[in-house]
Amino acid sequence: MEFESVIGLEVHAQLLTETKAFCSCTTKFGSAPNSNTCPICLGMPGSLPVLNKRALEFTVLMAIACNCEINEISRFARKNYYYPDLPKNYQISQYELPVAEHGWVDVDTSTGFKRIGITRIHMEEDAGKLIHDDRKPVSYVDLNRTGVPLIEIVSEPDMRSPEDAAAYLKSLHSILVYLGICDGNMEEGSFRCDANVSIRPKGQTYLGTKTELKNMNSFKNVQKGLQHEIERHENTLLGGGNLIQETRLFDPASGTTISMRSKEQAHDYRYFPDPDLLPLRVDLELIERMRKSLPELACQKKERFVRDFGIPEYDAGVLTAERSLAEYFEKAVEIFPNPKSVSNWMMTEFMRFLKASGTAIVSAPVQPSDLAGLLSMMERGAISGKIGKVVFEEMWKTGKDSNQIVEERGLVQVSDVTEITDMIRKILLDNPGEVTRYLNGKTQLIAFFVGQTMKATRGRANPQIVNEILTDELEKLRN
Amino acid sequence: MSHLYEKTASDLAGLLRSGKVSSVEITESVLSRIESLEPAVHSYVNVYPDLAVSMAKKADEDIRRGTAKALTGIPIAIKDNMCLEGRKTTCGSHILANFRPPFDSSVVKLIKDERMVILGSANMDEFAMGSSTETSCWGTTHNPWDIERTPGGSSGGSAAAVACGQAIVSLGSDTGGSIRLPASFCGVTGMKPTYGAVSRFGLVAYASSLDQIGPFARDIRDMSLLLNLIYKHDSLDSTSVEIGHSDFTSFLDNSVSGMTLGLPTEFFGKLTNEDVEKNLSEARRIFEKQGVNFVELSLPSLDYGIAAYYIIAPCEASSNLARYDGVKYGHRAEKFDNMIDMYCRTRAEGFGQEAKRRIMLGTYALSSGYYDAYYLKAAKIRTLITQDFKKAFESCDAILSPVAPAPAFKIGEKIDDPIQMYLTDVFTIPVNMAGLPGISCPAGFSRDGLPIGMQLISSHFQESKLVQLVSAFQRETDHHLKRPAI
Repeated sequence: MEFESVIGLEVHAQLLTETKAFCSCTTKFGSAPNSNTCPICLGMPGSLPVLNKRALEFTVLMAIACNCEINEISRFARKNYYYPDLPKNYQISQYELPVAEHGWVDVDTSTGFKRIGITRIHMEEDAGKLIHDDRKPVSYVDLNRTGVPLIEIVSEPDMRSPEDAAAYLKSLHSILVYLGICDGNMEEGSFRCDANVSIRPKGQTYLGTKTELKNMNSFKNVQKGLQHEIERHENTLLGGGNLIQETRLFDPASGTTISMRSKEQAHDYRYFPDPDLLPLRVDLELIERMRKSLPELACQKKERFVRDFGIPEYDAGVLTAERSLAEYFEKAVEIFPNPKSVSNWMMTEFMRFLKASGTAIVSAPVQPSDLAGLLSMMERGAISGKIGKVVFEEMWKTGKDSNQIVEERGLVQVSDVTEITDMIRKILLDNPGEVTRYLNGKTQLIAFFVGQTMKATRGRANPQIVNEILTDELEKLRN
Repeated sequence: MSHLYEKTASDLAGLLRSGKVSSVEITESVLSRIESLEPAVHSYVNVYPDLAVSMAKKADEDIRRGTAKALTGIPIAIKDNMCLEGRKTTCGSHILANFRPPFDSSVVKLIKDERMVILGSANMDEFAMGSSTETSCWGTTHNPWDIERTPGGSSGGSAAAVACGQAIVSLGSDTGGSIRLPASFCGVTGMKPTYGAVSRFGLVAYASSLDQIGPFARDIRDMSLLLNLIYKHDSLDSTSVEIGHSDFTSFLDNSVSGMTLGLPTEFFGKLTNEDVEKNLSEARRIFEKQGVNFVELSLPSLDYGIAAYYIIAPCEASSNLARYDGVKYGHRAEKFDNMIDMYCRTRAEGFGQEAKRRIMLGTYALSSGYYDAYYLKAAKIRTLITQDFKKAFESCDAILSPVAPAPAFKIGEKIDDPIQMYLTDVFTIPVNMAGLPGISCPAGFSRDGLPIGMQLISSHFQESKLVQLVSAFQRETDHHLKRPAI
C-alpha cells in the first residue's frame, strides 16, 4: 500500500524587541543568570503585565507578510501549568482569539510552488531555563528568558513530505529574518518547531492518528525526525499495529523518536482570558503603518534579481535565501556593475569560504567593496581569474584588500608582449629537443611550453597572450 | 478634650497646619491606642512603630516647610495584601508569612508621596477569601462593637482599626464586598470605587477582574480626601482607566434635592432582618426629607450573582495563586521527595481551608470540558448583570440597598458553613460583577447596638454622586459619629 503523510507545523519565533513582552527588562542574551529580571517577569505577588507595543507591531508585520486576516480584537489567555521555569505557573498566551488567522505562504518545493495555509499567529511569553547539575540532584533556574516575546505560527496540515516541511520552515525563517523581527537562530532556540504528523493511504482524505514531534533544533533534524516518524507510522500500520496519539521527542543522536507522553497524560491547560490584560485592539492605523514598513521579501527580491540583473533563477534563489546575502550582492553590484560576475563569485568562492568558516555574512572578512575591488582588477586584466582565487583566499584569511595583496606578492599579471616574447625565446633556446619534436608534429608539446612560461612568470603571464606568442615564435622556427 | 486618635483626618489636618499638634503626636496617640486594643481587637498583622514615627517626623518637616498636602501626617493602615517594600506582606496566609516585597504597590507610593504615616498592615481573610477575617492565618479580628462578633471581611482589620481609633483612615480591597461589608459591620464609611479607577499594581491578586482597592474613613469627608489621593490612572496596571476626577470634597455640600434613588425589588424582597429593614426605611425617609425621589426597579439577573461569582472568582484565584509553589519565595515544605512532591507539600502546608476550597473550585471549573458550562456561562451572567444595572441607571442616579442581610455575626457562627458565609455577600457581589462603584455608610444600629450600614451604588465613574448622597445623609444623621465603647 502506498501512503502519504500529512504534516502541520507549529513554529515559535522569539521576537527581536529590545525589552520583554510585559515588562521593561532587556531581552539581551548571555547575561548573568537572573540578572535581566524584575518583579513582573519574576511573577512576584502583586505585579501586573503591560504589553510591549513593539511586540504587537512585529506580530502584525508577520501577519501581513503571511497574508493573514488580522483580528480587530484579540485576547490574551492564561495557559496554566506548573513548572519551575514558569514563575507565575501560567504562561500569558492567546487561545480563542489570536492576533491573526487564515493566512498562507507560497513555498518553493522541488515539485514547484506550493501554498501552505497558516491557521493562526498568536503572541505569547517565553519561559525561563532550567540548568541541571550533572553531579548532584539539583536544578537551577535562570529566568532571563522569562517573558521574552514569542509568536507562534500554526500551519494547516498542508504538507505532504518532510521536504515540504523543510521548505515551508525555510520560507518562514526567511520571512522572519527579512522582516528583522527574529534572528532565526535554531540552535539557540530563537526559532523552534514542533510537528504534527500522520499518514494515510494515498488518495484517502481522512486524517490518520497523529503524533506530535518535539525537539528538532535544525532544518536537517526536522526532516530527519519527520522521515523517521513517517516510517515508524508505516511500519506500525503495515505490521498490523495501532498508532496512538502521543507526543514524541526526536533524539538527534540515534535519529529516532521516543514517546514523551500519551494523549491521556496530556496537560489540561485550563485556558481562560487573562483578566490582567484588556482585550487587545489592533486598529487600521497600526495595520497600515506596518504594511507601509513591510520590506521586500525573499520571493519578490528573487524575481527582481532575475528581471533586473539578468542572473539565472537558481542563482537568484540562492542569493535571496538570506536577506544579508542579498544585501551583500546588491552592494557589490552597486560598486562593480557586473551582476553575473558578482553572482558567480558569490555562489562559488564566497559561499565556500563562508560555509567553511561559519562566519555571519555581515562580519565576513571580505566585504562587498572588497569583492568588487577584486573583480574589477580581474576585469582590467591586472590579474588572471586563477590568481584572483588565490588573492580571494588571502583576502579572507588576512582581511587585507586585493590591491595590497597583489602588490605585496607581486601578482600583477604580465601582459607586456615584448617581455613575454623575450622570455619565450629564451625558453625555446633552452629546450631545443622539445622544439624539434614539436616541429615534427608533436603539437601537444605546446602545453609544455605554456607551463614553462607560466613557471618563469610565477603564473602571472596572461595565458591568452602566452599562447598567441608561443604559436607565432614556433612557426617562425619552422621556416 | 478628646484623644487625637478619635479625631477625623480633616480635623487633624487643620490642627497640623495650625501647628497645634504634630504628626508625631498624632502617630503616638494612635500607636498607643493600637497597643492597648490589639489584644482584644487584633486589627493588625504587623504594626511598624519605627516606620510610623520616622514617617511622621518627615511629615512634620513638610508641614513646617509649608509643603504639606491634604493628608500629610495622617496615620493610615493598609490591608495586608498591598505590597510595602521591605516589609512583610502576607495576605493573611501562612504561604506568604515571611514574604517581603522588593517594591511598593502603586497606592503605597501615593501614600508615601503624600507623606501620610503608615502604621502597619491590617488583618484580612486569607487572600481576601472570606467575610469575617476568620480565615486569616494570624487569627481573627474582633468587632470593636462586640468582641464576640466578626468585623466582617475580608478587609476586617482595616475597618475595625478605623472604627476604634487604631487608625485614622485605612485602605482595603473589595472583590465581592470586602470593603463594604466590614464598613457596615464596624460602623465606618467605606467605598469600592469603579473597577479601573484605582491601580491594582502591587495588590496581591485574588480575583483580578473583580479586585479593587478603596478607602475606609469615619466620615464621608475623610473618605473623599483619601479617594482623591488614590483615584489615579497608573500605566503599570493595564486595567487602569485614563480618567480624571474633580476634587471629591467639592461635592460634599451639594444639595441632593431632585436626585432619584432606585430601590431594587429583588434586594428588598430578600430582607428578613427587622433591624436592617427598619434602618433602611429610616434612611429612605431621611433622603425623602431632602427632596430625593425614589423609584422601584427590577434587577432580575442579580439572583444569579453569587452563583456566577463563585465560578469566576475561584477560576481566577486558582490561576493567581498558582505562583505560590515554594520555588521562588514564601513558604517551602522542609521535606519532600521530588519536585511534584515539593509543590504538593508546600501548598498543602501553606494554604488554609478556604483558599484550598476556592483553588479546587476554580481548577475544576476551568478543566477541559467544563469551561463552557461554568466559566463561560458565568461570564454571560456577568454581562446580564451589567446590563440590568445599566438599564436601572437610566431611571435613577444611584441605587439604595442593604449591605448585608444582617448585622455582624458571631465569630465561629458561619466558619464551618461556607454557603451561609457566601450568602453574606448577596447584596455586594453584583456591584463587583458589574465593575460599579459602591459605598457603605452607617445607617443606624440594631436593637443590640450593632452598626448597620446601607449601600449606595452608582454607574461607572460616578463616585461623586455617592459622595454627594452620603454627605447629605451624614449631615442629617449622627450614626457615623458614634464610636464603640471599647
